[in-house]
Amino acid sequence: MEQITAIVSGAMIAGSFYLLMRRSLLRFVIGLILLSNGVNLLIFTMGRLIRTQPPIIPEGAKVPPEPFANPLPQALILTAIVISFGLLAFTLVLVYRHFAAGTSIESDDVRASEPTEPLDVDDQARRLPA
Amino acid sequence: MKTLLVLPIIVPAITDVCALLARRHRTVQRVLGVFGAAVLFGAGTLIIAEVHAHGIQAVQMGNWPAPFGITLVVDPLSAGLVGISGFVALAVTVYALAGIDEVREQFGFHPLFHLLLMGINGAFITGDLFNLYVWYEVLLIASFALLVLGNERKQLDGAVKYVGINLVASAAFLSSVGILYGLTGTLNMADLAGSMEPVRELGLEPVVAMLFLIGFGIKAALFPLFYWLPASYHTPPAPIAAIFAGLLTKVGVYSLLRVFTLLFPNPSGYTQAVLLIVAGATMLLGVFGALVQQHVLRLLAFLVISAMGYVVMGLGFFTTLGLAGAVFYVFQDVPVKTSLFLIGGLMERETGTSEIGRMGGLYQYRPLLATAFIVPAFSLAGFPPFPGFWGKLTLIQAGLAQERWAIVAVALVVGLLTLLAVAQVWGRAFWQSATVEEREEFGADDPRGVRALLQGPVAVLAGTLFALGCYAEPLLAFAHDAAVHLTDSGPYIQAVLGG
Repeated sequence: MEQITAIVSGAMIAGSFYLLMRRSLLRFVIGLILLSNGVNLLIFTMGRLIRTQPPIIPEGAKVPPEPFANPLPQALILTAIVISFGLLAFTLVLVYRHFAAGTSIESDDVRASEPTEPLDVDDQARRLPA
Repeated sequence: MKTLLVLPIIVPAITDVCALLARRHRTVQRVLGVFGAAVLFGAGTLIIAEVHAHGIQAVQMGNWPAPFGITLVVDPLSAGLVGISGFVALAVTVYALAGIDEVREQFGFHPLFHLLLMGINGAFITGDLFNLYVWYEVLLIASFALLVLGNERKQLDGAVKYVGINLVASAAFLSSVGILYGLTGTLNMADLAGSMEPVRELGLEPVVAMLFLIGFGIKAALFPLFYWLPASYHTPPAPIAAIFAGLLTKVGVYSLLRVFTLLFPNPSGYTQAVLLIVAGATMLLGVFGALVQQHVLRLLAFLVISAMGYVVMGLGFFTTLGLAGAVFYVFQDVPVKTSLFLIGGLMERETGTSEIGRMGGLYQYRPLLATAFIVPAFSLAGFPPFPGFWGKLTLIQAGLAQERWAIVAVALVVGLLTLLAVAQVWGRAFWQSATVEEREEFGADDPRGVRALLQGPVAVLAGTLFALGCYAEPLLAFAHDAAVHLTDSGPYIQAVLGG
């Protein structure tokens, strides 16, 4: 079972990198979603998959009866899911706002903060004072 | 004294909530913002004094014993960073009273700013790897919102790049945390330091180390992962850019120092070589980028990258002297970068342009600003009476002691090129005489009160840096103490786990 989830998680991360490198910002966001889920599956796999009891302590006892499942990886994943959900919602809105402000969803057009005008070597204002 | 360690997280949290509740009252928010930052600075100073007097302090949250609960732990490195970030946060909050427009304040500049401080301080003082990830996300979401606050086209544009790459970095960091947990069964950093044996036996140590290097390297803007920084840092208003430049990359570098000294204390030659190559390339490419920039804040953004290379170089040596140099360099770099970005914002404001070549006459009309610029700029270049010199001197001594000639040569050449970059700014923006219309612009002035709010913090930061450079001994000793605790993790582990 662990082999299967390991391969699935690897495939998800590989697929997400393919999407991240596409030129459309929307595909980039989908890549991010896939990436965060791939990483969650990785944590889940690293926590070992076993068929056993849930870690519930019976009345009167101080520890759950052996063998019991490790609840911590699931707690970690739950935290990671909540965080990535919030961040991805923000990212989606950001990409939408960017699209609405400039009418382009291509990553090549994201150039407003880094204009590509060539340097004008004859411009005296750009020269060092002699 | 145990409650003291919680203050750097609690104080910004309370300020944040109070400022949110008072969101319709601009004056209340402004008073709260400055007051919160001042209390934070006070708490940071107390923590430094406490750590200096009694060594490493740790506190277990909710009284859960160490490897099971979340530990907050403060060693000299974290204490110094918490104190310095409180100091620059106070300076930036005062500057922001005049440097942030009313619309941005209405849309929540003050709550977001303190949320960011909470995330930064949390990352500095947590002793738990997963908790570190959570603090990273707290500071990230606050920085995302601060970056797009104001909704300008170029801000959205820079934010798309910043947000995208940072989410990938978080994924890399999270997967390294997951792998470490799977192999060792613990997330407490002190406990992890003693349970790395299975990872080493499996030969997975370099893999985990490289995943950490990618995750933290993106946040610290190291080669080849730095392209997001000059694309985004110049887009928000100067106070926001200043706190980003001063503190965000330092959190990444702090995490690198912490994780690599604690979890990988005896690195393979491979890890060390990668760190040193990354450091050299970061220094060189950062300064090359700065040399061709015309936009003042973008030029400074490239110099932020270059400075990170020096710190990673100190880490790459893995000696006490190298770490002492790295720690000292981080300490002085926080106020240097903050004040440079604040001054860059003032230069744009006074001349009405962001092109260095079109500025001019600043030395004639704004002598105080010119004097304040000299201190951080020449500290960055490593000139003797300024603190940057002592940091670079220690780092280069450490490199010579290890006979690593190539990286030492790179560091020296980059120092010279940095001098060229800041001298260009000085020569063009400050010394060049102003054109006629620019002279008229200097006449149309801000009122006296606004000018005091903008120039006061800059002058205080520059004065502190100058004093630090003239009398560097206490800070050097403190940095050396921090480096000793990084090299020998015994006291750290004992403070967290007890016994």
